[in-house]
Parts: sequence; C-alpha cells; structure tokens
Amino acid sequence: MTNSETPLLELKSVNKSFGPVQVLRDVNLRAYAGQVTALVGDNGAGKSTLIKGVAGIYPFDSGEYLFEGKPAHVADPKQANALGIEVVYQDLALCDNLDVVHNMFLGREETKTVVLDEIGMEKRATETLAGLSVRTLKSVRQQVASLSGGQRQTVAIARAVLWNSKLVILDEPTAALGVAQTEQVLNLVRRLADSGLGVVLISHNMNDVMQVADNIACLYLGAMAAQVSAKDVNHSSIVELITTGRSGDMGLQPEIAAAGGVA
Amino acid sequence: MSSTQSTDVDIAAAGDTDGIGAAMGSYFNRVRGGDVGSLPAVLGLIVLIGLFSALKPETFFTALNFANLLNQGTAIIVLAMGLVFVLLLGEIDLSAGFTAGTAAAVLAVALASWGFPWPLALLAGLLTGTIIGLSIGVLVARLGIPSFVVTLAMFLALQGVMLLIIGEGGTITLRSDELLAVMNKNMPVWGGWLLWAVVTAGYAWVSLRAITGRRKAGLRATATSVWAAKTLAVAVLLGIGVYLLNMEREIVRPGKTPCLTNEPPDPVGCIPVLKGVPWAVLVVLVLLVGLTFVLGRTSFGRHIYAVGGNTEAARRAGISVKGIKIYCFMICSTLAAVGGVLIASRDNSVSPTTGGAQTLLFAVGAAVIGGTSLFGGRGKVMDAVVGGLVIAVIANGLPLITQQSGIQYIVTGLVLLVAASVDAISRKRSTPS
Repeated sequence: MTNSETPLLELKSVNKSFGPVQVLRDVNLRAYAGQVTALVGDNGAGKSTLIKGVAGIYPFDSGEYLFEGKPAHVADPKQANALGIEVVYQDLALCDNLDVVHNMFLGREETKTVVLDEIGMEKRATETLAGLSVRTLKSVRQQVASLSGGQRQTVAIARAVLWNSKLVILDEPTAALGVAQTEQVLNLVRRLADSGLGVVLISHNMNDVMQVADNIACLYLGAMAAQVSAKDVNHSSIVELITTGRSGDMGLQPEIAAAGGVA
Repeated sequence: MSSTQSTDVDIAAAGDTDGIGAAMGSYFNRVRGGDVGSLPAVLGLIVLIGLFSALKPETFFTALNFANLLNQGTAIIVLAMGLVFVLLLGEIDLSAGFTAGTAAAVLAVALASWGFPWPLALLAGLLTGTIIGLSIGVLVARLGIPSFVVTLAMFLALQGVMLLIIGEGGTITLRSDELLAVMNKNMPVWGGWLLWAVVTAGYAWVSLRAITGRRKAGLRATATSVWAAKTLAVAVLLGIGVYLLNMEREIVRPGKTPCLTNEPPDPVGCIPVLKGVPWAVLVVLVLLVGLTFVLGRTSFGRHIYAVGGNTEAARRAGISVKGIKIYCFMICSTLAAVGGVLIASRDNSVSPTTGGAQTLLFAVGAAVIGGTSLFGGRGKVMDAVVGGLVIAVIANGLPLITQQSGIQYIVTGLVLLVAASVDAISRKRSTPS
C-alpha cells in the first residue's frame, strides 16, 4: 500500500502540558486513509493524551492540526465528530441494558416526528454490520449485556463507522479479549482500513501491531521517537524504540532521549 | 455465553419468528438469563388472589371488594409510576409521599380558601409537585448531592410545609364534586365496555402495525399467531375486569330493590345502584399509555434508560445527563402530585398525614415488586401497575385473615424483601462474567 499524497490527519509539533508536567513535546503524527497506523509506547508515554487531543477532549496547547490537508480547529469532541473522527475508548461506553441498535444510535437517534424510527435504525445498523462482514451477532435486538467481549468491541467499532466517519481511533481494542476474539477484531480493523477509512490503533500487543499495522508511530516519554513503515521494522526494533526511544539509526538523538529520561 | 462464537448466523436473515412455541421458548431463555421483568409479580398476584379467595371466598372474592381493592391501589400505582422514572436512573425519591400530600394540601386550600375553580386548583396542585421535583432535580444533578439525602431532607421539610398550609391537627375538606367523583363515582356500564373496546382495539392496532411495518422493511417480526394470542389475552383479562366492575356491588337487603338509575337518588328508599368501572381506572390507563409511549418510543425515554444503564456512556454520546435527571425528578414529583389528588379524592379531605405513613414505602415497593430495578436501567411503567396491584391485594386481603396489624406489616415487608432479592439475583445473572 502506498502513502497517498496528503495524510488524512497530520499533527505537526503539538505540545500539551498539564500544569508543570509537559506530557507531549513537539509530537508529529500522520495517519493516512486506507491505512492502519499503530500508535505504540510504554505506559505514560503520552498515547492517551495524544488521542484525547485529536478527539478534542484535551485540546493541544500548541502545534498544527491538519485534517485532509486543511488546518482544523478541534476544541471539543463535537468538532472532532463533525470532521469525521470517531474514538472507540477502551471501556467501549456501551449501555448494557440497551440492545445493539439502541447502542449504535445512542445520543443520535433517528425519529419520525417525535417517535423513534426503530425500523430505519435497525436497517441501517444491520447494513453497517453487514458492510463490516460482521457475522458473529445473532440478532441486533440482543441486549449488549448478553454479548461477549469481542462482540461488544465489534458493536463499539460499528457505532464509530456508522456516522460516515473518516478516521477511527481504537484504544486498546484487544486488551481484554481471548485469542479467537482478538483475531476477529483485528480482521475487522483490517477491513475498516481496506474500505478506505483511516485507522489509528493503540496497542500494547506487538503481535497485533505487526499483524495489522501499515505504519507504526512510537512515542517515547512524550516525544515521537519514530513513525516508520511496518515493513521496515521488526518486532525487536519496535520494542527497542518503545523502551529506549531509539533503535539503530531510527528514533530520537541520544541526548534527546537521555534528556527525556530526566524530564 | 461461550468465549468463541462458532455459530455464524447471518444477522440480515429476514423472516418471522416461528410462532407461539418459539416465542415462549425465547421468553423462557430471557427469564433464565436474568430478564425476569414482571413475571414474579404476575405469579405473586395470581398466588395471592388464589390464596385469599380460597381462605375468604365470601369477603375477598366479591365484586365490592374488587372495586375497593382498585380504589386502594390507584394512588399507590400512580406514585409508583413516577418512582419508576427516578429508579430507572438508579436514584430514589423518598419524599414522593409527602409531595403527594403537599400537592393535595395546596389543591384543597386553593379550593376552600382561595376560591379557585377546580381546574385551576388542580393545576396549582400539580405545579406544586413539578416545582418540588425541579428543586430536587437541580440539587441532585447540579450540586451532586445524593438523591437519598436530598429527598430525605424534603421528606422532613414537606411535612412541615403541609402543617403550615393545613394548620396543626386540621383537616380541609375537598370542595369539588368533579375531583371527588374521580375516586367515588363510576362510569356507566356501557362506558366500561366502550373503554374495553377502545383499549383492546388500540392495543391490537398498534401492535399489528408494528409487525406489518417490520415485515415491509424486511426485518424479523413477531409471528401473527403470537400477536393474536397476546391480543386475545389482553381482551380476556380486561374483559373479566370490566365484567366484575360492572356487577352490582351494593348488597341488596330484603324488602328493598335497587334503583334503576345512578342519579339523582330515589327518595322512595330504594338502594342506589353501585356498579361500573371507577373513573380512577381511566386516570391510571391514560397515564399508563402516555408514559409507556414516552419511555419506549421517544429519544427522551431512550436517554433515561441510557443514563440509568451507563451514565458515562450516555455523557459521551452527547446526552445531557443533568437535564435527564432534572426532568425525571420533575416527572416523578408531578405524578406524586396526581397521586396526592387521588388520595384527597378518596378521603374527601386533606390532613397533615395525607401521603404519610406507608404511602411512599408501598409505592417504592410496588415499582420494585413489579420488576423495576433499584440499580437503575431496568423497568417499565407497567411494572408500577402490576406491583401496585400486588400491594393492594396484600393490603386488602390480609386484614380479612388476621386483625393483627403486626403480621400485616411483617408480611408486606417480607414481600418487598423478596422483590428486592429477585431484582438483585436477576441483575447478577444478566451481568456477563
């Protein structure tokens, strides 16, 4: 897969501080349509802060935010949604007491005058799930409480796709899943990208990353150590980037990495 | 739920469910999965009615007692309907009983002292409830005080408000024939049957339209045989109720004949006719249909379930959690005010104890017994009706068996405990491991 000319999402030297603590330092990130961009890094490297900045939950202090090549102003989640950015958080944010259709349309229900358009919503939900080749749900009228972890993840991802989104950000989608379900979700992630969406995948699991990612962005102590094509790296060099901020000629300059370690 | 999904059932598969057998099978599975709904309450109702009828056939299972029972139950049912909205959020309103009393007091004073016409006085009473609900809602949602504490404070404060409005030890007579009629007058016999026809036909039409709509859209729909069975059940159950209520309830003493008309009372000394569906039943029915529509068919109702199920998910989905909470407390207190009007109408007066004693406990009990979860997110308006009937049957039947009020309290308390246990157990079952 070749990189298209303009990235779907491009961050240029963004910074974010919480009080005296600088969490992100001059971070660059590019995510392309039709590609899975894995975002890796150790705990506390700033993955979540970076994602929350993209989603508008904690807007960046400085830096450029380009969406489809154009500067975008994202100060709250609604503005991110309007651009076509959807985030699937680790806790999925599903209501157990509602069924699959209700959850997929939660907060954005379709109505005819004041009455909920259940039939229209069910058809759209079914179509979206079918479009993602999801065949693991018995019924879209099942309560989410009765679903397995993988099925829940599927519903959460399908909800993100439902809204003609262009960029889907997945926060640790396989963290709590078994082997078979992880496989299902990774296949789904691959299909999302193949259908033309930009996907940003946060993961701690190197096997997952190597399996689905087209390129890998590695954060090290708040700085972007490297963003490389998945073909150019192997498992151990990624681990090296995560733990030391550099690997061979990739990554941060030694003095920067050391400075980051002090800070 | 197994950890891997080996069955790849196509979700787009169209076609209907396979008739009554399959429908019962899937219902059974839902119950086993912890989604018991009103089932324990319905079973309990049948057992209790059977028990009391067997023990006291000559006093419990009579037309007069059936009407009495409904009269005792209606105010509780309406209060419980309001509590369903608050319980769905996982909150509680302990002040609902005295909200009812305060609203009734305002109503009675408006009629007696301020000379309001009855519709205006009724409006004043209901608005009293709405305002109380608004203040509870704002304190809970905006300040974040637990609803338990806010409504406990209201529980105490509203008793004081009632005392100030009514005066120590006083009683205010309800001076409105129209409002007294709600709990004391009955529909004509034909009115009862008309109501039966309208409700049955309405149920059949609405449910059939839902089925045909889904079929037209190529979605899986309930089988026609299931629809027919359900409609028949509604028609028969309501028909029995209307038939019983349309029977003559006045005990005919020898030497006197029943009057031919309800009003005006015949001066000759005949026994006035006492039959027909009480008007209060119509109030409950209208509220049941209207509130069920709001909860089940509007995005507002959907958002209530969402907030009760997962507040954080609802917030992230862009739902105004605070707004939903405030509205639900307003609905609860307004319905409590309706309940207060019904209590005042039944008692013909308002005193400082109106809405006190067990009113609130019975109402919360009714909602929970009916199947509304104390943990939030699960419940229907119908639960209040079924649970309210269970409470009414116990409150009505037990005194016929034992005069000891100690036993009555204990039994009612135990029933509430059983209901809460069923709620807790079914919640455990439906939570995925």
